[in-house]
Amino acid sequence: MKRALILILLWPGWLWAAIDVLQFDTPEQEARFQQLTQELRCLVCQNQNLADSDADLARDLRMEVYEMVKSGQSADEIKTFLVARYGDFVLYRPPVQRNTLLLWGLPPLLLLIGLFFLWRFLTSRPATTEPEAPASDPLDLLQDEEP
Amino acid sequence: MRFAVPLLIFLGLGLLLFFGLDNDPRKLPSPLIDKPAPAFTLPLLEEPDQTLGKDDLLGQVYLLNVWGSWCVACRTEHPYLMEIARRNEVPLYGLNWRDRPEEASRWLKQYGNPYTAVLADQAGRTVIDFGVYGAPETFLIDQKGVIRYKYVGPVTMEIYEQELLPRIRQLQEDQS
Repeated sequence: MKRALILILLWPGWLWAAIDVLQFDTPEQEARFQQLTQELRCLVCQNQNLADSDADLARDLRMEVYEMVKSGQSADEIKTFLVARYGDFVLYRPPVQRNTLLLWGLPPLLLLIGLFFLWRFLTSRPATTEPEAPASDPLDLLQDEEP
Repeated sequence: MRFAVPLLIFLGLGLLLFFGLDNDPRKLPSPLIDKPAPAFTLPLLEEPDQTLGKDDLLGQVYLLNVWGSWCVACRTEHPYLMEIARRNEVPLYGLNWRDRPEEASRWLKQYGNPYTAVLADQAGRTVIDFGVYGAPETFLIDQKGVIRYKYVGPVTMEIYEQELLPRIRQLQEDQS
């Protein structure tokens, strides 16, 4: 019973991903199609990509991408086509530009700030720790308050 | 004092998230505003052997309303569209999205037809060109075929009066 429950919980959700039977001329085209539909957002169910979504619009957009891939268009051309219609929001990986600087810049910046504080914390202590530093241990402080 | 910085960060984050609650993720900015509307030529819903294209509609300010008989929100919007049509201030064209023609026609017979003409986009291609991601959506297009405004969701009289009509009037004045 427990095991069955765990199995159900662990059952991979992607098995329900939408399936279309599509024929490609070359494996590269198929790879490009897969890559694109993974990276493009379904506008209807906004937290799914085109590959996973079963919405009608997602299906239409998948077919659009499929036909563009088949006609030999590059990934960039296809993305440009969709961005011209739906805006940068269709891209799960937004381009680096003026209004996305904060989005792209903040994580590395925060990492650097974190590393700086870590470095300061580590270097502010003497390399050899003195075992009997009074009142620097919070536990000592707590004990002091007891009667 | 040593708690001031974390507290400030916490408050800042809290405020940011609190005001973020008011943002509607469904309302996406369209890159097509102030750009020429995509070219289209589509059969008419009621007379499928006739087509209507973007070029036929040049020279007038008009509304293009994307709808479908399968769309629940369109049903809520419909009485307002009837009222807008009755006021006769701007021509209203329908863009019927991925619909069965007989069901779309039945809808119009049953609830009334507010549209000057209805274009049928059964393949959903033109709708993609317009960057539509959910019905109903309403576009305001000017004399030169440029998209001037887009409203996502059901239009109400309030939205018509406050968002659409002032822009329509402005554009119509520019012409004369």
